[in-house]
Amino acid sequence: MAELTLTPNLDRPDDFYAALIATHDGLSDDESAALNARLILILANQIGDTEVLAAALQTAAKAPEEVTA
Amino acid sequence: MIHDRYQLAFKLYPYERSADQDAETPVRHPVVIMGGGPIGVATALDLGLQGIPVVVLDDHEGIGMGSRAICFAKRCLEIADRYGCGQPMLDKGVVWNLGKVFHDDRKVFEFNLLPEQGHKFPAFINLQQPYFERFLVERVREAQAAGAPIELRGKNRVDSVITHDDHVTLEITTPDGPYTIEADWLIGCDGASSPLRGMMGLDFEGRVFEDSFLIADIKMMNDDFPTERWFWFEPYFKSGASTLLHKQPDGVWRVDFQIGWDVDRKKELQEENVRARLDAMLGDVEYEIVWTSIYTFQCRRMKQFRHGRVLFAGDAAHQVSPFGARGANSGMQDVDNLGWKLGLVIEGRAPESLLDSYNAERVHGADENILNSTRSTDFITPKSKVSHMFRNAVLDLAEQYEFARPLVNSGRLSVPCVYDGGPLNGPDALRGGPTRTRVGSPCPDAPLGEGFLLDHLGGAFTLLTIDAEAPDALEESGVPITRLALSASDDASGGLAERYLGMATSGVYLVRPDQHVAARWDSFDETATRAALRRAIGLE
Ligand SMILES: Cc1cc2nc3c(=O)[nH]c(=O)nc-3n(C[C@H](O)[C@H](O)[C@H](O)COP(=O)(O)OP(=O)(O)OC[C@H]3O[C@@H](n4cnc5c(N)ncnc54)[C@H](O)[C@@H]3O)c2cc1C
Repeated sequence: MAELTLTPNLDRPDDFYAALIATHDGLSDDESAALNARLILILANQIGDTEVLAAALQTAAKAPEEVTA
Repeated sequence: MIHDRYQLAFKLYPYERSADQDAETPVRHPVVIMGGGPIGVATALDLGLQGIPVVVLDDHEGIGMGSRAICFAKRCLEIADRYGCGQPMLDKGVVWNLGKVFHDDRKVFEFNLLPEQGHKFPAFINLQQPYFERFLVERVREAQAAGAPIELRGKNRVDSVITHDDHVTLEITTPDGPYTIEADWLIGCDGASSPLRGMMGLDFEGRVFEDSFLIADIKMMNDDFPTERWFWFEPYFKSGASTLLHKQPDGVWRVDFQIGWDVDRKKELQEENVRARLDAMLGDVEYEIVWTSIYTFQCRRMKQFRHGRVLFAGDAAHQVSPFGARGANSGMQDVDNLGWKLGLVIEGRAPESLLDSYNAERVHGADENILNSTRSTDFITPKSKVSHMFRNAVLDLAEQYEFARPLVNSGRLSVPCVYDGGPLNGPDALRGGPTRTRVGSPCPDAPLGEGFLLDHLGGAFTLLTIDAEAPDALEESGVPITRLALSASDDASGGLAERYLGMATSGVYLVRPDQHVAARWDSFDETATRAALRRAIGLE
């Protein structure tokens, strides 16, 4: 059974982060939110495993403080 | 007239009248350097120690006061050491390894630079830039006494240049009025706002970051803060959108507050306003303010660092944000790269086109630095709501989950540049050789007897052999190659073998005068070595 990976796994973290932010360039807040939703669905499909996804959902839901944006 | 644009920390090269000012016709010099900041003075040292006459012109009489660079990286110190002034920097500097990252009132995580054993220099030292520059100038004085043909001319302001195919004419203003000199080669080390670039009508394009930072250097009365780098995102004490605290020598601490774009500089710099920010942060601590200033920055570079007989180095050629300490550290790598090439060209042993490889290699270095410092800046000062939200999500997750920590970017600290794919690179033919010593890399240090490997490399081409046979000396196209014959057993700690052999049992490295690997094999092959040398000096 697969487990949720919470240790570093990105090949090139800085490249990924820069690309992620750049994908949002010039979008309105609503457009960004929609993009994020699409992205989550794409990544979820890539993961596939129901248990891993459930663990990811739980982990995200109990993030330390309210996200202040 | 010639007025100071800034106050001096050390007056080290007072104006003296030069014989050139009384010459009937302009005197021609092999090399003139415009700008006596760290990069100009280091370039003069590199060339002067090769015996090449060089004149440095600076419009001040010494080193500017105030806070700029504090973090000097291993590679930068190794370069300074090659010029003979690494040790005083190390002696004066503060060595640090631990960094802590906070968000609001919570510690997100801490990192340790975990220095590898067996290096002469640590990963970083903190040292006020005026000291760094002073040690360079003191080394110039020592080299001059030993006969190095270096001249530092204070209060010599370059006001205009005319470029020709084979030289440059410079108009200079001094307290005694103007004079003219000529230079076979002119090196522009005149800083980020480079008047030389302006005179030549050259570009300097990139991104402006709309944020200001307030620096306060303070002396703490009771000095029990640890020697660590502390960085806050959105600190609870609200003195800035981000804040950095870092120790310097002489019991001085650098505090750097991000204070926003539209600020009233004069008001922000009033002592009571600076103290209000500091008090909120430090609580009940007594301190004395040593220096305050506000800076903004851009990330940009010139398209080309070589324009015929004019070469640009340091901030004049490229400018980065301070996050990552990549300014002076990369400028020193420019010097390291340019010095030997210009030396060979002036001595007629390499074609002028070798200098185009300076452009190629250091533009590559500048791009790497700009990329890293831009990314750090984007993380520290997010410019859109969504980017701010992702940034804070990373910080929130990083507090608990290791996976998010590599994404936290409070500055990717300067690492040496590897000239992957560089035009001078020869064969990388050491089977099983470590990646870190691949062709194009700067040689990593290793223990050797009582000293270190890098003490024996640099200044000329070296054939480093480890458990391999080769002739002790070789000459190709008038350029000597000297062998440094080592055995893996010379370093009992195993560092030499680990860094230079990897899975291999023997290795032969052709090392450039700037300590970068030009080619490597598992055994000596004369034809291949000669070809690699020709390539490394721009002949093939
Ligand atoms: C807040 C801050 C923090 C920084 N922190 C770091 C750090 O931690 N690590 C790091 O590596 N770098 C850091 N830097 C960058 C570092 O300060 C610069 O990269 C470095 O000073 C560049 O040196 P330089 O010799 O190229 O230019 P400069 O130091 O700007 O020197 C240029 C010289 O040219 C002279 N000049 C100008 N015009 C003329 C003229 N017409 N005629 C004659 N002379 C002239 C000037 O007087 C000056 O002496 C920081 C910078 C800032 C602002």
